[in-house]
Amino acid sequence: MNATGAPAVAFDRVSRTFGEVRAVDDVSFRVEDGEFFSMLGPSGSGKTTCLRLIAGFEQPSSGHIQVHGVNVGGVPPYRRDVNTVFQDYALFPHMNVGENVEYGLMIRKVPKAERRRQAEEMLAMVKLDGLYARRPGQLSGGQRQRVALARALINRPRVLLLDEPLGALDLKLRETMQAEIKAIQRHLGITFVYVTHDQGEALAMSDRLAVFNQGRIEQIGAPAEVYDHPASVFVAGFVGQTNLLDGYLAQRIGGFPATFSIRPERIRVAGEEGGFGFDIASIHGRIAAITYLGATSRLNVQVDGGELIVVEPNVDGGVAPPDRVVGAEVRLTIDRKHIQAVTDAS
Amino acid sequence: MPSEVTPIPSLRSAPPPPRGSVSSGNPVGTARHGPRAGWGLKLAALGGLLFLHIPLAIIVLYAFSIEEKSFVFPIPGFTTKWFAVAFEREDIRAALGLSIRVAAVSTAMALLLGTLAAAAVWRSRFFGREAISLLLILPIALPGIITGIALRSAIGLAEIEFSYWTIVLGHATFCIVVVYNNVLARFRRTNRALIEASMDLGADGFQTLRYVVLPSIATALLAGGMLAFALSFDEVIVTTFTAGQQSTLPIWMLSELIRPRQRPVTNVVAVFVIAVTFIPIVTAFYLTRDTHDVAGSSK
Repeated sequence: MNATGAPAVAFDRVSRTFGEVRAVDDVSFRVEDGEFFSMLGPSGSGKTTCLRLIAGFEQPSSGHIQVHGVNVGGVPPYRRDVNTVFQDYALFPHMNVGENVEYGLMIRKVPKAERRRQAEEMLAMVKLDGLYARRPGQLSGGQRQRVALARALINRPRVLLLDEPLGALDLKLRETMQAEIKAIQRHLGITFVYVTHDQGEALAMSDRLAVFNQGRIEQIGAPAEVYDHPASVFVAGFVGQTNLLDGYLAQRIGGFPATFSIRPERIRVAGEEGGFGFDIASIHGRIAAITYLGATSRLNVQVDGGELIVVEPNVDGGVAPPDRVVGAEVRLTIDRKHIQAVTDAS
Repeated sequence: MPSEVTPIPSLRSAPPPPRGSVSSGNPVGTARHGPRAGWGLKLAALGGLLFLHIPLAIIVLYAFSIEEKSFVFPIPGFTTKWFAVAFEREDIRAALGLSIRVAAVSTAMALLLGTLAAAAVWRSRFFGREAISLLLILPIALPGIITGIALRSAIGLAEIEFSYWTIVLGHATFCIVVVYNNVLARFRRTNRALIEASMDLGADGFQTLRYVVLPSIATALLAGGMLAFALSFDEVIVTTFTAGQQSTLPIWMLSELIRPRQRPVTNVVAVFVIAVTFIPIVTAFYLTRDTHDVAGSSK
């Protein structure tokens, strides 16, 4: 049944409606085998419903879903070769860590000694050696997260689904866990489908990502592709920070009437002498505010017809050029290849 | 009356007493229990406890009296012969046996039906869900006499003979409520994702029930079951309306009070019941101590 070369997950015009609400609205996409695929979007955008459709907790109202080439319509969750890491971990509170991890093996009647061996192995992989006998209640959030990961992976699923797994962790721990989850995925070589509302997380971890909005996918692509060439106003605004230009300012900088997206770090504060050319747009303005952000500084520059946000790296030694003060007149230049026309689909 | 389960507030979070307070005798003790109560409050508390427990002591005392026609104080003489008399009497054994059988079967029915009802109300939204919730609680919210009359006329109309099973039926109506309430309260504090997690890991419905759902509600079942058993065991009103010729232990006791002879036998039975009920109450207390539930709560 496992057709080789078939995508790990394929959605073919899938919709899921709850009463009047179209949670997932005519969505089609493919996740390739071994890929780290993220579904990114604000809450209520349909990304979690898509994950639950793959897991089998929801059934599509229309359309077809294939997992490794097999149509999974009507197949209950316990007969699917996918496992889920839940948002709030959903560890069994009446079992210890080891019993939690072994649960899938216990259901499949794997002998006790073998179960134990595999559980210890999994716990070592998620760096929880020696915590076999602990109760979930005695663990920190990060540790529970690792147990949830080990519990899902012990079944050696071909697709692992992760539902905002790092949402409850603090920033520092989140970054560590991002790197570890990515390392585990590379090590095991299985497909990860990762749901998140954190665009930084999606950009950092994914091979490809899908940006969800109001039950539809606005764009699918590699992180750099989505970031540099946002397909819509929504994507430009949701993935990273951006300057959205329309009206007079769009005409003035872009050269024709449309909506444009310019990433703040693509705008240069140039001197009066440099940065001229056919492929360079330039505009004069006055610095209205400066925000120090550590590695970078953000300048709010008042220009004719609006305001542009500029992000530039902080200079060595902390000595800013003399014109980086509020009220200073500056000239901004933008390489035309960084001026992205975006459609206002939504 | 619904036995809503509430968490026990932690004593550890109690603030330490203010510096220089009068009660500096035992720093550890006062730190855990806060400022000490004044003597007036202590006296009132003691009075309350005595008021509750002196009648129990009197019951026990008269089980050993040699006077069999009336209760005189102090007792004229001490004897243990009533224990032997009580043990010999067939009517006591029959009443006790009937009460235990009724309570056991009603509790078993309540555990099954109450848990199923709680699971349905917790897991799914359906038309009439709130109404069903209310209707389930009604038998215990209404005065027992209403439940009793309603059952009697219904059983009479259906031309069912009043028997052991009609008693069980009557008791099950209110036993279901306590199980339902206890289990529903537990379900509401249980993460629904646990069931999905179990299914996701390959367990079908029965395996999920066995390995995840039942362990999650085990102590609630224990608490609800014991409360149901206790309610059934000492029920008088509904039993009066639904029983035929049989008498359960409480009914037997009531009828015995009118009789002039061998009065201490009733007390002996009471002592026996106190002793027997003490065991499960203490057990439940220890079993549910670690979980954040109050075992019985109210009726």
